[in-house]
Amino acid sequence: MDRRAAIKWMLAATAGAMLAKAPSFAAGAPGTSAGAAGGPAAGYGTDPDLVKGYKPGDLWPLTFTGAQRREVAALCDVVIPADGHSPSASALGVTDFIDEFVSAPYPDNVRDGRMILDGLAWLDGESARRFGAVFAEASDAQRNALCEDISREAPSNPDLKPAADFFRRFRNLAATGFYTTPAGMKDIGYVGNVPLARFDGPPADLVEKLGLTDEVKW
Amino acid sequence: MAFITPSSATARYDVIVVGSGAAGGQAAYTLTMEGARVLMLEAGRNYDPSSETPMFQTNDAAPLRGMGTPDKPFGFYDATVDGGWAVPGEPYTNASTEEGRQFKWWRARMLGGRTNHWGRISLRNGPYDFKPRSRDGLGFDWPIAYGDVAPYYDKVEMLIGVFGSNSGLENTPDSPEGCLLPPPRARIGELLARQRGRKLGIPVIPIRRAVLTRPLDHRSIPARFHPGNEKAQRILAEDMQNRAACFWATECGRGCSIRANYQATTVHLPPALATGNLDILANAMAREVTLDPAGRAAGVVYVDKKTGLEHHASARAVVLAAGACETVRLLLNSKSSRFPDGLANSSGLVGRYIMDTVGADWGGQVPLLESLPPHNEDGAGGGHVYVPWWLYGEQKAGKLGFARGYHVEFGTGKGMPGGDPPYLPDPGGRTSYGARLKEDARRYYGSFVSFTGRGEMIPNADSFCEIDPGVVDRWGIPVLRFHWKWSEHEIRQAAHMQRTFADWIEAMGGKSSGAPDADGRKAIAPGGSIIHEVGGTIMGGSPSGSVTNPWSQAWDVGNLVIADGGVFASNADKNPTLTIMALAWRAADRLLEEMRKGNI
Repeated sequence: MDRRAAIKWMLAATAGAMLAKAPSFAAGAPGTSAGAAGGPAAGYGTDPDLVKGYKPGDLWPLTFTGAQRREVAALCDVVIPADGHSPSASALGVTDFIDEFVSAPYPDNVRDGRMILDGLAWLDGESARRFGAVFAEASDAQRNALCEDISREAPSNPDLKPAADFFRRFRNLAATGFYTTPAGMKDIGYVGNVPLARFDGPPADLVEKLGLTDEVKW
Repeated sequence: MAFITPSSATARYDVIVVGSGAAGGQAAYTLTMEGARVLMLEAGRNYDPSSETPMFQTNDAAPLRGMGTPDKPFGFYDATVDGGWAVPGEPYTNASTEEGRQFKWWRARMLGGRTNHWGRISLRNGPYDFKPRSRDGLGFDWPIAYGDVAPYYDKVEMLIGVFGSNSGLENTPDSPEGCLLPPPRARIGELLARQRGRKLGIPVIPIRRAVLTRPLDHRSIPARFHPGNEKAQRILAEDMQNRAACFWATECGRGCSIRANYQATTVHLPPALATGNLDILANAMAREVTLDPAGRAAGVVYVDKKTGLEHHASARAVVLAAGACETVRLLLNSKSSRFPDGLANSSGLVGRYIMDTVGADWGGQVPLLESLPPHNEDGAGGGHVYVPWWLYGEQKAGKLGFARGYHVEFGTGKGMPGGDPPYLPDPGGRTSYGARLKEDARRYYGSFVSFTGRGEMIPNADSFCEIDPGVVDRWGIPVLRFHWKWSEHEIRQAAHMQRTFADWIEAMGGKSSGAPDADGRKAIAPGGSIIHEVGGTIMGGSPSGSVTNPWSQAWDVGNLVIADGGVFASNADKNPTLTIMALAWRAADRLLEEMRKGNI
């Protein structure tokens, strides 16, 4: 991406950030509430089956190109790599989730999806400019260097602010996708969602260790 | 008798109940168990919690990992059907475009209404809460006192199952022996908040929520409720045994297929249906209450949403339980030569004094809670402890700058991950990623604490709803237009909440991002957004100053009862649902008595 395109994207991303502060839907304005317009056209509707399982692509078509998929998978694995506790994000289907997210018909998804796609385009352009290879084909060290530059919320180079916002948004999505899987929940230490005969509260030694007392009697 | 269609409805019922939530469910229970034949009209579809509740589904099985969307604002697994801040084809409007003068209206179109997803917090109003004007000169006193409602609080707690404890704290009533189920143990973050709150003079006690922490006492309760009525006793005893105690998993907001928490569809309606006295007509949108030549309610005109056709159902009495604002809409759309300004509106007060709850929150990250050994914190869903309003003395001494109190709810612990990751605080403004991200997530998950204030709004002349003359819904029924304004009392209260919570986070050794704004306008949640709207048909001691009498009957129309939160003359910080049920039971008892006497 050349400088002119980068500025154009920056402006678009800034506009997106401003939109993000406005309510996505509200009964606020005079006239009718959002529902009067008939609501979103092609989501899952207001009465979906809650019991069956869904996977990305079941409800609306996924839209990543092959190149975007490869780039997202590569970025997923820089953001959440495999370690001794759990696999990488792409290995747990997070690429599909991000595709589902940017392809969804809801206004927030359309807005954030544009930001993600623009950010991915910037990242590939930046990678090509610096390393002569798109992000998916760059080396691990090169990928990490690119991410490091946009990992400050307020980058020293203000031109990088939209890219930093994109990175934060992408990282949050990747974490959501990762930590909602069984392996992700196990890694983070979520041990609920199982039926118990009784609820015992926190372990007694932990209560003691923190200098607390559990006086609430049954 | 059971689930019927317009063509299979009986020619005439004893009572038509409009709405099937907390108020409609309770009214239908009380009436049918004592032999009245009831037709219930529900604007939404039928709903079966036993087969439709996603009990153990994880977020990775949901679209968008379960995140909220305009279709499902509280997340995919929220129990709400065909509802939210906007209902397709059923708009409402706001009169003002000004910030802070908007009202948001949450509706659900399903059997059981909003009881399917509600927070289950079940607090009694205290003695002060029924006589607020006598204490500070603001708003209105109710025409009834705590003692009038207390026996019904007892009964509702025993029927639906509420856990909690007696604290003996000011204006926070204890329940008689046998009413409450044991509270669950506090979570670790709740214990820490409790310890540090004590230093700030903030009392943390077990909360009261409508969740069974053990099975209900089916041996003694039915006889207490229905003396001399063996059939009702048998039905209730059987039904109580069909409700399981909580197994400490899956959020209550999804509903509960094992019936461990209260929703009208799992607690009120099954026994009412078992009597054979209840007909339920779903997809029936009430349009108008009709009158007989003597000016009594004769029945209800409703639209069958399946066909778009209008039908009329007849009864000796009509109970409106559509939700405070929907009930207002129905009354104002029921115009006649006798009531040209809307039914039961000779006072001109139908739609006036709509109240919501004052809401503000604040949270932070608490290092003491980092890297704790994994343990199950699901519990009964929601907080296990809360803080009842505690600054009565300071308020009386004029130290606070606002009238009326708030209670505090808690968010702590390691809930099931979903939505944006709250476990990545990104210290130093650095977006954590890579190996560091996984370490951060393990370290910070469960170390965030949030406090939520829920406070009393004083009724005011600028907060009301009326019919919008220019807008109709898809059925051609005129819609509501809202007017809204907070007073300085609410705005200052919201600022006080955030200041208090920020101090509390600090006392826990925690860090907040930024400091609370001294301007409560920035803290207060928009009108309606706490979904505690009440008022609009307030009860009072005189026909000129209120819409309903102390028994929730319309002053103008004796056989018209308003069972929902519309009758609230004030909106204490206590969440309204338990009081709605207590008043609905009381009103239904009165209606039965009047029908037996032949007065109705």
